[in-house]
Amino acid sequence: MDRRDFIKMSGVGLASMMLPLYGRQVAAEVLLSKMDAATKKKIADVALAAAKSGGASYCDVRIGRYLRQFVITREDKVQNVVNTESSGVGVRVLANGTWGFAATSDMDSDSVSKAVKQAIAIAKANSRMQSSPVQLAPAKGVGEVSWSTPIRKNSMEVPIKEKVDLLLDVNAAAMQAGASFIRSILFLVNEQKYFASSDGSYIDQDIHRIWAPTQVTAVDQKSGKFRTRDGLSAPRGMGYEYLDAKPEHKIALPGGAFVYSDSYDMKADAIAAAKQAKEKLTAQSVKPGKFDLVLDPSHLWLTIHESVGHPTELDRVLGYEANYAGTSFATLDKWKSKNFKYGSDKVTIFADKTQPTTLGAVGYDDEGIKTQRWDLIKDGILVNYQVIRDQAHILGLDHSQGCCYADSWSSVQFQRMANVSLAPGKEALKPDDMIKNVENGIYIIGDGSFSIDQQRYNAQFGGQLFYEIKNGKITQPLEDVAYQIRTPEFWNSCVAVCDEKDYRFGGSFFDGKGQPGQVSAVSHGSSTARFNGANVINTARSLG
Amino acid sequence: MSVMTEQEAKTILDKVCKLSKADECTAQLTGSVDGNIRYALNNVSTSGIVNNTDLAVQVAFGKRVGTATINEFDDASLEKVVRRAEELAKLAPENPEFMPAIDKQVYKASDTFVEKTATITPEYRATVAADCIEPCRKDKLVAAGFFTDSARFAAIANTKGNYGYQKSTNVDFTCTVRTDDGRGSGWVARNVGDVSKFDAKSDIRTAIQKAKGSADAKALEPGKYTVILEPAASAGLISFMMFGFDARQADEGRSFLSKKGGGNKIGEKVFDERVNIFADPWDAESAVVPWDDDGLPREKMPVVTKGVVDYLQYSRYWAQKQGKKAVGQPGNLIMAGGDKSTQDLIKGTKKGVLVTRTWYIRMVDPQTVLLTGLTRDGTFYIENGEIRYPIKNFRFNESPAIMLNNIEELGKPVRVADDESPFIMMIPPMKIRDFTFTSLSDAV
Repeated sequence: MDRRDFIKMSGVGLASMMLPLYGRQVAAEVLLSKMDAATKKKIADVALAAAKSGGASYCDVRIGRYLRQFVITREDKVQNVVNTESSGVGVRVLANGTWGFAATSDMDSDSVSKAVKQAIAIAKANSRMQSSPVQLAPAKGVGEVSWSTPIRKNSMEVPIKEKVDLLLDVNAAAMQAGASFIRSILFLVNEQKYFASSDGSYIDQDIHRIWAPTQVTAVDQKSGKFRTRDGLSAPRGMGYEYLDAKPEHKIALPGGAFVYSDSYDMKADAIAAAKQAKEKLTAQSVKPGKFDLVLDPSHLWLTIHESVGHPTELDRVLGYEANYAGTSFATLDKWKSKNFKYGSDKVTIFADKTQPTTLGAVGYDDEGIKTQRWDLIKDGILVNYQVIRDQAHILGLDHSQGCCYADSWSSVQFQRMANVSLAPGKEALKPDDMIKNVENGIYIIGDGSFSIDQQRYNAQFGGQLFYEIKNGKITQPLEDVAYQIRTPEFWNSCVAVCDEKDYRFGGSFFDGKGQPGQVSAVSHGSSTARFNGANVINTARSLG
Repeated sequence: MSVMTEQEAKTILDKVCKLSKADECTAQLTGSVDGNIRYALNNVSTSGIVNNTDLAVQVAFGKRVGTATINEFDDASLEKVVRRAEELAKLAPENPEFMPAIDKQVYKASDTFVEKTATITPEYRATVAADCIEPCRKDKLVAAGFFTDSARFAAIANTKGNYGYQKSTNVDFTCTVRTDDGRGSGWVARNVGDVSKFDAKSDIRTAIQKAKGSADAKALEPGKYTVILEPAASAGLISFMMFGFDARQADEGRSFLSKKGGGNKIGEKVFDERVNIFADPWDAESAVVPWDDDGLPREKMPVVTKGVVDYLQYSRYWAQKQGKKAVGQPGNLIMAGGDKSTQDLIKGTKKGVLVTRTWYIRMVDPQTVLLTGLTRDGTFYIENGEIRYPIKNFRFNESPAIMLNNIEELGKPVRVADDESPFIMMIPPMKIRDFTFTSLSDAV
């Protein structure tokens, strides 16, 4: 989770809580209602007509209703239940070859027409400073279509009491297992999005996401030491069925830890977290040096996100994010050379906004482009980027890759990361067998601290659980571990990737980018992978 | 009507309090007009104005609390929001940490509103962008920046007779300038309440100079260095450290300010005796609204005096449980220093590293507030009182709790805001010994 994605929730009585706050708070039952597509089409047609008569060469309209529910608990207490709704219309136009955007929460014809006029006025004003006109990749209208996240249980339909009872049960089990403290949260999202454009698309989508993070703390007051262990769940593009805790989705890893694939046993993980947080208090502090790393998918997703996902976003490569998020080392000349070794030949990394149950899975992006899958790195070579309609021509593409997203009806859509994933190894390989071949290594499970430079070269990652590997065997848990990488060297040190049976997802529910900042949710799949000779530092310090 | 007058706001809040049938009701009305312009590659990329007004109503029946918000203010909407909060409260479980609404308070107004900032026009924003882009174009440099201005109001009231209203303004500007070959990068940031104190034409020169001066950077070995941290470079570290100043976390044994065996480190010397940090909502340079999110009055108060921790933040619940007085949470942090500028500190440095900006700061170990992050947009080697040459960026692994024990000298505080910080800060440039750089970064 990215701290800059969190704004202070300043509602009365909510002091000291850092929460992403969208829209206004509503009663839970409001989260169950929907606006019908015909009404949305009428609103969209008003905007499209106003744009045409106002002289816009292109217009898209997004009518959005963004519903969120957060249930926040600690130990035996419910700290907060928050329901929010935000709805309105965002209009984007091209006039004089320049983008203009305006948004309104009022959906009557006059307000929508006024927003269109504002957007055209902004486009025309900004066109005076534009050195070259926007070039849109062609996109055929898709007519009236719809797409929904294939959920089995709508989270918003589950009574709050059931959610509260679940979290308090999880917390009680962790406390029973020796936790000093536990915090557990449910974040539930439903985006009801309608997109229409002057190309002739009318797309109605219903998108669901869920995240169930926990953090257990163990405190040893005598020594003054404390350690935390975060839950090993992944945020997913699923309904409440993600919390079904099916036994077949619980996976035993070498060394004794358990992780979860397509459903999550929150209680079992919290009990394990309590025991492991206590173990961390006395675990061996790592001796810094070079180690071969075996990285579980629950950890590797974040390394993929930071060191491949972001640097292959074309807007960063071009310099549009230079003032804040930064640029990218993966420059166009490297791509044009067709021989830039981003990674070893074991490394194929692909972008995919169609993978079911992922955070990025939608039918169409926020420019109305049907979602796709494509390779970014093929057998180690940088072969592509992530682009939207006004960037496609730069790569000589005749189509957008469907990477456009806005986090609200009131935010302008821009290039956001697709799900970016490491392809599984082609040969049969299990984590157990991978570890057997490691002489001096560390096995890392779960994501921890993360930081990377503004061109995505130098990164440092922590984790949740660290195990020493000596001569093919896991010998003991370690603590105070972080590894530092230089991105191309790191991916070129990848010597093995487990097969597709080990393929699992991790992801970021609140990935931040842009000024003003916007969040997006994105998944990253991988199988366990091995990287040789990584630089490991010891993060323990003494305050005297 | 995003910035309401006091009378308009009070009328709405009075109605809300009268409508409530709950045991108690607290209402907060906030509004803002935020304008911005963003540019990159020497072109304006986006600009816009966002108006937003929200009414939040919290009611309680016994220990059951409900909160609802709305952005319409006719009588029917006010009735609706109050009833919705009441319905939610009736459905909510009892909150064992419930605290009743605060009693009537006295708020001493602070000087947070400047008319000139509140009336910034789209033309002014376009001029800011042009003032940055034009000199860069002429000099074969590439500008990417963001200018944002806001005019806001906040009004609070409750059924115990408490009431407050205040307006505020703010301007925040950042600009990155890169050489067109991508070998050099410079940055400048400015945060003011009064736009007349802002001059894009002057500020952009700093970023231009750093961009041109940072090409051809040499690599130094990672290790411990004497550093001069410009105020913007240390603000993020200090702000991050403040997360450890929560009294409950400290008392629970999970903060760097927890005491071995139990309790917290209030009254203990934790930093160098030259470290003096205080909060003051009425500070002329960094004034903030004189109440916090709970409506508690902010006070001028010491946070750290001569290295001794004076203050931890007690929530109202935790203060009651621990027999302490809850005071308003600071909205600004003012770190005292001397009179010297960053340039003066450089002059007095035999060997060292000048850091313009720090980036992607994250907690590595909350036990020691060990933070990692990188230098960015202007890192230079200093020798015999002069900047000798640009150096490659470093990754640091450093704790502000250690850093603030390794002070060599402090300069004159300037106002800074960090994009990840809730505070307006006055931070001096700092000369620090033994700052820990753990690896090199190739990023420019």
